[in-house]
Amino acid sequence: MALTRPLRKARRHRLALATVAVLVLAVVLVPLIVRLDQQLVDLRSAGLPPSPAHPFGTDEVGRDVLLRSIYGLRVSLLVGLTAAVVSVFIGGLVGLAAGTLGGPVDRLLMRVVDGFNSLPHLLFGVFIVALFAPSATAVVVSVSVTHWTTAARIVRSEVLSLRGRPFVDAAISGGSSRLRIVVRHFVPNLAPQLLLATVLMVPHAIWHETALSFLGLGMPPHLASLGNMINDGQRSLLAGDWWSSLFPGLLILVPTLAVSSLAQYVRDRANPRWRSELNL
Amino acid sequence: MTWARIVLWRLAFAVPLLLAVTFGMFALAMASPFDPVRQYLGERADMTDPQIMADIRANWGLDRPLLEQYTTWLGNLLTGDLGESRSLRLPVAQVIGERLGWTLLVVGCALVLMLAAGLAIGTLAAWKRDSWLDRLVTGTAFTNEAAPVFWVGLLAIWIFSVTLGWLPAGGLTDAASTTVTLPDLARHMVLPVVVLAFSQSSWLLLFVRESVIGVLREDFVTGARARGLRERTVLLRHALRSALLPFITIMGARVPELVTGAMLVEAVFSWPGVAGTTIKAALAVDFPLLAALTLLATLAVVVGNLVADLAYTVADPRVRVLGVS
Repeated sequence: MALTRPLRKARRHRLALATVAVLVLAVVLVPLIVRLDQQLVDLRSAGLPPSPAHPFGTDEVGRDVLLRSIYGLRVSLLVGLTAAVVSVFIGGLVGLAAGTLGGPVDRLLMRVVDGFNSLPHLLFGVFIVALFAPSATAVVVSVSVTHWTTAARIVRSEVLSLRGRPFVDAAISGGSSRLRIVVRHFVPNLAPQLLLATVLMVPHAIWHETALSFLGLGMPPHLASLGNMINDGQRSLLAGDWWSSLFPGLLILVPTLAVSSLAQYVRDRANPRWRSELNL
Repeated sequence: MTWARIVLWRLAFAVPLLLAVTFGMFALAMASPFDPVRQYLGERADMTDPQIMADIRANWGLDRPLLEQYTTWLGNLLTGDLGESRSLRLPVAQVIGERLGWTLLVVGCALVLMLAAGLAIGTLAAWKRDSWLDRLVTGTAFTNEAAPVFWVGLLAIWIFSVTLGWLPAGGLTDAASTTVTLPDLARHMVLPVVVLAFSQSSWLLLFVRESVIGVLREDFVTGARARGLRERTVLLRHALRSALLPFITIMGARVPELVTGAMLVEAVFSWPGVAGTTIKAALAVDFPLLAALTLLATLAVVVGNLVADLAYTVADPRVRVLGVS
């Protein structure tokens, strides 16, 4: 038991890594080989269940669900990645400012973080998208405006612990300016945390994109996006067509699971003592 | 004494927060490219005399500066006037009054169900740690965490309404009925309540499991076992009880997720509550209604945090006796 446990964990993270790799390759390569005409409908092959010709079936207007799902995942990944980078960037700046300047600035910024955290994120997103026509930009803005707080908290607490380290004292004694300490000492030491925060944010941002699109407030309706597809599938579901909403949903679920299991692995690796003590 | 301090402290945070949120809403609406008058008139906008459109604008106070619009709205709010919904053509207060109850009903039932199930299953998984049961439970919970709630709702409709035909797919009552009867309502409530509870319960379950596992390692649990207490007593009276403390605070912090879940579940099941109405208001760019509902949701979060804080003082004798540290 004690011996098989780490092995099982190791396999799990390899599986997760392979899943992410396959999905990323698919969204990069498939559009190069097969072009999707976003407007094309083919009513003769409408509502077909999964078959060798259409592994994920076809939707109510005869579009191939597999191909559209891959294009949809591509849109979701692009929007999710952009939103994640933007939110970590904003959060990083706020966290650096709070941790470096300290005092009243820190207190004020952290109250702002608390304020943003007590807003229902999706509602805020809905509000922004409703007022500024649904588009990829509106989705990115709505997600990053509400999600920078996580990164801000992480960066601030890291900066606070870095501040007490001897090399920072040495830099101060050597006459480095505040800006120089931030750029040369804080940022490089924060890089791994920032990277992890970004990677973890991507699935969550994808969730927001799909939720907004599902509600009709995200991507333009004709565009193949996972949320739009589930929204379309909702209509034909009552007629027994399960495939056009099941498969796009799986393409949200699987990458999210893979990323969270990878993040778990990275955390365990970063802190082996914690893992062995808690054995979680 | 402690209670008064907590309430004051929370209010000191809540009042500026609510002011900032509402002001932010107005600033966003001001910056928005949407023209509410055109939206209101629809097709007729092109045929309407510009003078009439300007009159409507003036009537709604849209030609006023931001600060004046905001203070007017705030003043009306304090007198209980929330304005008029532009898409439903009804007073906002009436729209909320008619729908708030349905939301509270579903969310309340879902909360009870999720607490009961989360606590029971989480404790069981911690007690039977590393068994097949534990692995099944944690595996399901992790997967559920990653699954969007609207998708889970659709799967539930597919399984229980379309395939098995056990439960209705949505709405409050059967299309044919004109009045709300209890058995009909209960049948329509099952899927929304269970889906909302299921989607919200996985974090709770994982949290309870982890917490109980941690406590089971503590000395006092070993002590209780050494004194020969029954395993059930050790588990429920000693371990679970002390594992629950941090959970109260977290419960309060999860209210935003609950609001989000309610919005999506009401949208999927066409439930006529306030959360689903928010989406309709957003799709129709109905600012007065959307603003009131956003305020309501933020208020729910603030109240949730306050209740969690107060519950903490009741649950933890250290806080009750010595005050907040």
